[in-house]
Amino acid sequence: MADAAIELVGISKSFGPVKANRDIHLEVRRGTIHGIIGENGAGKSTLMSILYGFYQADSGEIRVGGKPVPIRTPNDAIALGIGMVHQHFMLVENFTVLENIILGAEGEALLGRSIAKARSELARLEREYGLEVDPDALIEDLPVGLQQRVEILKALYRGADILILDEPTGVLTPSEADHLFRILNQLKDQGKTVVLITHKLREIMAITDTVSVMRQGTIVATRETSETTVEELAELMVGRRVLLRVEKEPARAGAIKLEVKNLTVKDGRGVTMVDDVSFIVQAGEIVGIAGVAGNGQSELIEAIAGIRRAEFGTVVLDDKPIDVTGRADPAELRERGLAHVPEDRHHVGLVLAFAENENSILGYHYESLYLKGPFLNIDAIVADAEDKIEKYDIRPPNARLRTANFSGGNQQKIVLAREMEQDPGVLIVGQPTRGVDVGAIEFIHKRLIAMRDAGKAVLLISVELDEIRSLSDRILVMFDGRVVGERGPEATEGELGLLMAGVEAKEAAE
Amino acid sequence: MSVPYAKLPRWADYGLIPFINLLVAFIVAGLVVLLVGENPFRAAAILIEGAFGGGQNIAYTLYYATNFIFTGLAVAVAFHCGLFNIGGEGQAYIAGLGVAMVGLTFDTVLPWWLNFPLAILGAALVGALWALIPAYLQAKRGSHIVITTIMFNFIAASIMVYMLVDVLKPLTSMAPQTRTFQPGAQLPKLNWMLEAVGFSVRSGPLNVSFLLALVMAFLVWLLIWRTKLGYEIRTMGFSPKAARYAGIKEARIIVITMMISGALAGMMALNPIMGDQHRVQLDFVTGAGFVGIAVALMGRSHPAGIVPAAILFGMLYQGGAELAFEMPNISRDMIVIIQGLVILFAGALEHMFRPWVQTVFASLSPQTVGMAKEQGV
Repeated sequence: MADAAIELVGISKSFGPVKANRDIHLEVRRGTIHGIIGENGAGKSTLMSILYGFYQADSGEIRVGGKPVPIRTPNDAIALGIGMVHQHFMLVENFTVLENIILGAEGEALLGRSIAKARSELARLEREYGLEVDPDALIEDLPVGLQQRVEILKALYRGADILILDEPTGVLTPSEADHLFRILNQLKDQGKTVVLITHKLREIMAITDTVSVMRQGTIVATRETSETTVEELAELMVGRRVLLRVEKEPARAGAIKLEVKNLTVKDGRGVTMVDDVSFIVQAGEIVGIAGVAGNGQSELIEAIAGIRRAEFGTVVLDDKPIDVTGRADPAELRERGLAHVPEDRHHVGLVLAFAENENSILGYHYESLYLKGPFLNIDAIVADAEDKIEKYDIRPPNARLRTANFSGGNQQKIVLAREMEQDPGVLIVGQPTRGVDVGAIEFIHKRLIAMRDAGKAVLLISVELDEIRSLSDRILVMFDGRVVGERGPEATEGELGLLMAGVEAKEAAE
Repeated sequence: MSVPYAKLPRWADYGLIPFINLLVAFIVAGLVVLLVGENPFRAAAILIEGAFGGGQNIAYTLYYATNFIFTGLAVAVAFHCGLFNIGGEGQAYIAGLGVAMVGLTFDTVLPWWLNFPLAILGAALVGALWALIPAYLQAKRGSHIVITTIMFNFIAASIMVYMLVDVLKPLTSMAPQTRTFQPGAQLPKLNWMLEAVGFSVRSGPLNVSFLLALVMAFLVWLLIWRTKLGYEIRTMGFSPKAARYAGIKEARIIVITMMISGALAGMMALNPIMGDQHRVQLDFVTGAGFVGIAVALMGRSHPAGIVPAAILFGMLYQGGAELAFEMPNISRDMIVIIQGLVILFAGALEHMFRPWVQTVFASLSPQTVGMAKEQGV
C-alpha cells in the first residue's frame, strides 16, 4: 500500500451559516487517481479550493507527505507540488502556449532567458508524458482539448506532483476525454498523484483507483473503485435510490410540427455557425441534437426561437413560416405555441434579481391573465406562481423569494414550469440539466417524456451525450455548424462520439 | 467556485449602509474643516441649524430638495432600464422653454391652477423630446447614451443662451432673461404648511412643485414596480438578453424609458421658474441635474430612498450657504468639497462598506440573512 500524498484531517469551512465542508477526512494515496464525486453544491469545489489555497479552512489540518502544512495562497500550494487544472481555463487567449506556461513564473523583467528555459523544459515534459502541443501556437487557435493540455503542462512546469482536475471533461468530446484519461494514466505511471473532481459516474468508474463520495459538505463514503458499482455511488450521492435510465414507451410520432430548411446562421463576427441545416420535428417525439459545445447548436435554437437572426433558410411552425431571417418575434412565437427553455438560464431564461413570481411570467407577462389594464395583477401572478411551485416541487416554496436564492435545479424548474405550463405545441429545450443535481435531473427527464407522450414536439439540445441518448427518439449530430448524421436511440456512444468529432464528415469530404 | 451570497435585510440595505456611507463622508469632511482651522463640530451645528433651524431655512431646504427629487427620479427611471442618463441637467434646462411658452402666453389669461398643468405638460414634453434624440441614437445606432446625453447638456446650454439673449429677452432689458410672469403663472407658496406646524416663515421659495415632486415619486414607484411597462423596463435593465428572450422590444423600451426620464428632469424647471423667480434665467438649473445622479445612487433608485436623499442634498445646499456665511474660512468652494465627499461615499463608493456589513450580518444573525445555499460547481 502506497503512502499518503495528501491527508485532510477534520477540515471544516462555513460561509456564514452555510457549512460548505464539515469535518472532512480524506486520504489520497501517492501514485493513484482519486475521484471525488458529488452533486452540485456538495462541497467538492470548496474542498479543493481549500487544498489549493483559495480559501482557508475554519478548522482542520492539511498534511502533504505526512507533514502538516499551512496553505494560505495558491503559491503555497504550488511550492508544495500541488497543481490545479480549473474547470474554466485560466489561459490568456492571445498569448502563445509558451507565454501562458511561464505566466506568473516569469522570473525576471526580460523574458528572453525564461522563455528559452521554459522551451527546453516543455520539450522534456512533452516527451515524458506524451503531451504534445506546439509551444508557439496561440491559445485561441487551439481546440479545447489542447487548451486543457496546456493547463496540465502549466501545472507540471511548476513542479506539480499532485494534480487536481476540476470537472475536466465538461468541455471535451468523448474521444478527447479518452485521450485525457490516457494522459492521466501516464501521469500515474510516472508516480504523480491525480485528484479528479467530477459529477459523472462513468468517468469515476473508467479511470479512478479510489473514489470518495461527497454529500452536503461531508464525505459519506470512500470506496475502492473496483469494489463498487454505478448504482451504489449514485445512491450515496443523492441519499436515496435513483433511476438512472429513463423509462419510456416507443414514440408515436404524428404530424410535422416544426420544419427547418436550409437554415444558415452567422454569429456577431460574421462566422457561419449554422450551415445549411434541415430537419423536422414531429408531434409526439423528442429529437435530440448532440454535439460538442460550440458547434452551432446554441445558434440553431436561438434562430428558431426568434432571438437570433438567421442569414438564410426557412422554419415552418405548424404549416406557417417563421420569419427567421427578418423580424421573428419571440412573443408572437409563444402565442403560436412555441416554448423555449434557453441554454443559459442565468442570463436569458431568468432575471436572477427578480422575485420567483416575476420570473414565472417572463415572456408571458403581456397575457391578460397577469394584467389589470396597464398594471400587473400581482395577486394573480403570485397565485399562478405558487401553483407552479407546487406542481413542479420547487423549493423553497416561496414565490416572493429572489430567484438568485434558489439552487440551480430549482431555478431550472422555474423555467420549465413556466414554459411547459403554457401547454405549447413545440418545446425547444437547451441543456435542461446543466448544473442541476441528480434528483432534479430525474424529475426533469420524466417531465420531458411526459410532454412527448402528450403529443408535443420536443427539440432537445444537450452536450451530455447520456442525456441525448436516453431521451431522444431520433438523434442528430452537429459538427462545425452542420448536421453530420442522424441516428436512432440505439446508436452507441462510440458511433456518436466519432460523428461529434467530425470524423465521418471529414472522410466524406475527402 | 463558491462565493457566499448574502442578502441584507431591507432596513440594512436601505438604511444602515447609506448611513455608514454618510457618516464616513462627514468624518472626512470634518477633517477638511479641521484642516482649514475651524471646529468641525461647530461647523456641523451651523450646517444643520442653517438647514433646519427655522421655518425660513426649512423652506429653502425643501425648495432645493424639490429640484433634486425630480432629477433624482429621472436618473433612477433610466437606471432601472440599465441606462445612465447624465443629461438631466440639459433636459431640465431646455424644459425651461416649455415652462416659458406656457407662462409667457397664458399668464394674464388663465389662473395658476390651469397654467400649472399646462406648464407641467410643456416642461415634460420638452424634456422628453430632448431625451428622445440620444435615446433614439442609442436604440437604433448604438451610440452610447452617456456620451450623447453629456453632449446634449452642452447643446442645451448653448441653445438656452441664444434663446434668452436673442429671442426671449424683452427689448428694453439688459439681463438675459424673460420678462417676469404675471400672477397667473406664479405658483402658490407652501409656507402655510410650515406655519401650520408652528414655524414662522417670512419669505421662502417653497411652492406647490414640492407636492408635484412627491406625487411623481409615487407615480414612479407605481410605474416601475406595478405596471407591465415597469416590468419590461426592469427586465431590460437587469438582463437585455432575457428581455430579448421575453419578446420585449429593446429599442422601444429604451426610447420610452428615456422619454419618461427626460420628462421628469424637465419638470424640475417648474420649481425655480414658476415657483420662485417667475422668469426664465440663465443657468437656473445650477447643477441639479448632476446632483440627481448622486441622489438616485444614494436612494438606491427607489423613490422612498430618493426623497430623503434629495432632502439631504437640499440640506447641504441650504446649510452650506449658511456655513459659508458664518465661517469666513469656509468658502463656497469648501461646501462643494463637502457635497463632493457625500457624492463620493454615498454614490460612487456605494459598495465599499457593503461586503464588510454583510460579513458582520452573516456572522451575527445568519437566519436574518436569506443566504443562498452554497453554489458549488
